[in-house]
Amino acid sequence: MEWGDIIYKSILVVCVFSVSLLVAMYSTYAERKIAAFLQDRLGPNRAGPFGILQPVADGVKMFMKEEIIPDVSNKALFIIGPSVAMFTACMTGVVIPWGTELVIGGKHYPLQVTDVNIGILYLFGVVSIGVYGIMIGGWASNNKYSLLGAIRASSQMISYELAMGLSIVALIMMTGTLSVREIAAQQVGWHWNVLYQPFGCLLFMICAFAETNRAPFDLPECETELVGGYHTEYSSMKLGFYLFAEYINMFISSAVIATLYFGGYNMPFIGRWVHDPNWMAILGTVFFFCKIFFFIFLFMWVRWTLPRFRYDQLMNLGWKILIPLALLHVAATGVVMWLTGQIH
Amino acid sequence: MTVYLFYLLSFIAILSALMVVFSRNPVYSVLYLIVTFFAIAGHYVLLNAQFLAAVHVIVYAGAIMVLFLYVIMMLNLNTYNEMQKANWLRFGAVVSGCLLMVVLVGSLKGAETMQPGAVHDANIGLVSNLGNVLFKEFLLPFEVSSLLFLAAMTGAVMLGKKSIRS
Repeated sequence: MEWGDIIYKSILVVCVFSVSLLVAMYSTYAERKIAAFLQDRLGPNRAGPFGILQPVADGVKMFMKEEIIPDVSNKALFIIGPSVAMFTACMTGVVIPWGTELVIGGKHYPLQVTDVNIGILYLFGVVSIGVYGIMIGGWASNNKYSLLGAIRASSQMISYELAMGLSIVALIMMTGTLSVREIAAQQVGWHWNVLYQPFGCLLFMICAFAETNRAPFDLPECETELVGGYHTEYSSMKLGFYLFAEYINMFISSAVIATLYFGGYNMPFIGRWVHDPNWMAILGTVFFFCKIFFFIFLFMWVRWTLPRFRYDQLMNLGWKILIPLALLHVAATGVVMWLTGQIH
Repeated sequence: MTVYLFYLLSFIAILSALMVVFSRNPVYSVLYLIVTFFAIAGHYVLLNAQFLAAVHVIVYAGAIMVLFLYVIMMLNLNTYNEMQKANWLRFGAVVSGCLLMVVLVGSLKGAETMQPGAVHDANIGLVSNLGNVLFKEFLLPFEVSSLLFLAAMTGAVMLGKKSIRS
């Protein structure tokens, strides 16, 4: 690798990282505004015009608050917990193709940090280790509510990972690749995967809601039963890390849903008006972010509309409904592909 | 560069594997085992077997170790001191450990005469090649092992049931 490439990749990594943080920061503001809208309130409107500085104020508050580490807790693991949660949340952005590529001075600059040939499996790997942040933090707090929250989180995430993986298997069968970039590139124009696999998309989205611990699957931090769930004992910026990691996960999940099923950076009919590849790349990225914001809105809309599941209902839904349906979906995809002559 | 990475990963793997054994707290042991798995996944990446590395992380670090941690967190929640083991148990542990040592040394004895780097194709670890090999050359062993997994799964479900209606 040349020095130019290394510098370019480093700049891209910093961009992806800061955009994830910025989007997560303003997701907290958006969540409060949307909740207010759905409940016929005003929402935050004191800090700056329309309360636009509210996330900054919240961040400063988080940093300034007293940090309490319980005496009976396991101190090292108590600190490692939120760090792992934040670290794994920030790791997933690198394999997502944020756009096609820019051509500057005859050189090609792809808008993706790295195109691993097993990109989807990398995403799964990072998601599956994300649960350690919650488990370690919950256990190290030495509090029964935290422990129950951590145990709920881990069993929920393992259960829904299975259905999520199976819903992806059907997609991989159809696209024939594990590289996220190729999957995005195949959906050029209107050939979005959601049109071919609406059911797989639905399964994947349900599982994505469960993996990010968002309502109606937010059992790990169920206030009515567990005080605050796995982060009951946390305060100050450590609590902030846990909450922030959830918003980054939501952003990345939205990006993954948009890439795998809703065409990624592809914009239908754009080729009729714009011919310059650089402008097409930039417009594609903008359109991709519009899709991501729509899915973030969907996450929030669902949260403030649907009530929470009961824990046994959650497990029944995962093991007895979603996994058999996902298996059937894989088999049905195989049969249809065989009948249409795509496989022999 | 690759050599330095190899030594770094090996150092991490061996150190954390030792810590698995020497940690007093079982939760620490599990966490060190996870670190070991990550170091081994790094070795797979160095050998250009990204698929194996990803699956290794997903299955071992992501699923199996979560279950280990899950069980160990529930164990001994109230006891802080380790129970004293009986003398005959310690003696048995020493004997079986020595036997394992003999087996390991015996299996590694001829290792220095083996030819390293006998792999013909450096891309053998990539997904498409791996799939071709598994589903063409080794189809029968592959299917037999999947049947074994199915049997083990069914067995676990049956054992986990509290009462079976006869």
